[in-house]
Amino acid sequence: MKVAIIDYGMGNLRSVSKAIQHVAGDADVQITDDHARIKAADRIVFPGQGAARDCMAAIGNHQLNQAILDVAINKPFLGICMGLQVLMRHSRENDGTHLLNLIPGEVVHLPRGLHLNGNKLKIPHMGWNKVSQTMEHPLWDNIEDGSRFYYVHSYYVKPEDVSIQSGESTYGVPFTCAVARDNLFAVQFHPEKSAFTGLRLLKNFIEWEV
Amino acid sequence: MLAKRIIPCLDIDAGRVVKGIRFVDIRDAGDPVEAARRYDEQGADEITFLDITATSDDRGTMVRVVEEVASQVFIPLTVGGGIRTADDIRHLLNAGADKIAINSAAVKQPEFVKQATDRFGSQCIVLSIDARRANIGDNVPHWEIFTHGGRQATGIDAVEWAGRMTEYGAGELLLTSMDRDGTRDGFDLELTRTICDTVDVPVIASGGVGNLDHLVAGVTDGGADAVLAASIFHFNDYTIQQAKEYMANKGIEVRL
Repeated sequence: MKVAIIDYGMGNLRSVSKAIQHVAGDADVQITDDHARIKAADRIVFPGQGAARDCMAAIGNHQLNQAILDVAINKPFLGICMGLQVLMRHSRENDGTHLLNLIPGEVVHLPRGLHLNGNKLKIPHMGWNKVSQTMEHPLWDNIEDGSRFYYVHSYYVKPEDVSIQSGESTYGVPFTCAVARDNLFAVQFHPEKSAFTGLRLLKNFIEWEV
Repeated sequence: MLAKRIIPCLDIDAGRVVKGIRFVDIRDAGDPVEAARRYDEQGADEITFLDITATSDDRGTMVRVVEEVASQVFIPLTVGGGIRTADDIRHLLNAGADKIAINSAAVKQPEFVKQATDRFGSQCIVLSIDARRANIGDNVPHWEIFTHGGRQATGIDAVEWAGRMTEYGAGELLLTSMDRDGTRDGFDLELTRTICDTVDVPVIASGGVGNLDHLVAGVTDGGADAVLAASIFHFNDYTIQQAKEYMANKGIEVRL
């Protein structure tokens, strides 16, 4: 099996690659921006870190817009963190940024200035939070509902079609932390940094029969 | 709800864990990979490596340690100690570190923090603050920050510094009380509370943990988002799991 981790120069892909390799046995895991390799892969992982505008610029510089849109509708595709956010139509980050527009909806900032039990609700939302599985899905197999995953983010997605939400977390407000549609699954948290629970999700992705 | 994080810290000198770790059934207590794996198995939420290597020749060793840990341990890894340049940061991130803690280099050149957060993202730049109580005669608590492992005074006020560095983009603060570090008397809770109420980013409390009540107090009284300890875990006084169960019994949200 060939797994392509799309590299557009945003963020450290080593952790993702090591975690996938750890669960995928002898699969051929490649970090790549090469269109032919991405098209030839059996599974696609689309990670990303950083600001929305920088991510979109980097995707543009690597001429990856169309390649990402193509594979996102016809291969098992896992978006992680910014790899979820840039699939949306528009982000309010950086005074407004147009995104890949695969999923109608907006990316908005977590509420600022909230308090919980006398303490400030800190931004970024950093650490381990509970994920409610709002949809049955093969990627949740053998993961207990309400398990904690590791997050680092300040923005979150608001898909217009709420039926594609597959997971929800709460930080000041309830927010969509996972979406699922056909061959696509994308998460706000970092499965590659979420210990055995995250590795289980990655294994489920590798074994997913779309 | 977001869990409070428990972070064991490992001091690394030339690629080996120092301060003597005493785990039961560990083959080689000085091996950072084995120590990290043990903490991961116990349920650590994150691991911090502090590179205390004195000579620049051995600095490359830390990169190899991180590389090896990152291929076996799938939780966030923070590395600090002696970070001076953007290249230092890049090498460690590429090796598999998730966050880089900066202290002396930020004091020497505050713009370095801005450049680092612009280039690598706020989420991976931790500002490390070593603070000591300073009496300036106005009956209000003050703390001064120190660099070079606590050896060099700077005359900079810790609260002002914390505010300025988060404006520069630091995504998290690692706050160590020099007065308490190594004493096992507990965190400087007044310092922790003051900084936590000042900044909008998460704060890791560090320095002085001697028992599990200290961890609890860091969160409940200090308001910390995460608590870091070294010796209580190294010497097997408590496992991470025991610490978490104790905190959970005190009503603190943790990842069990």
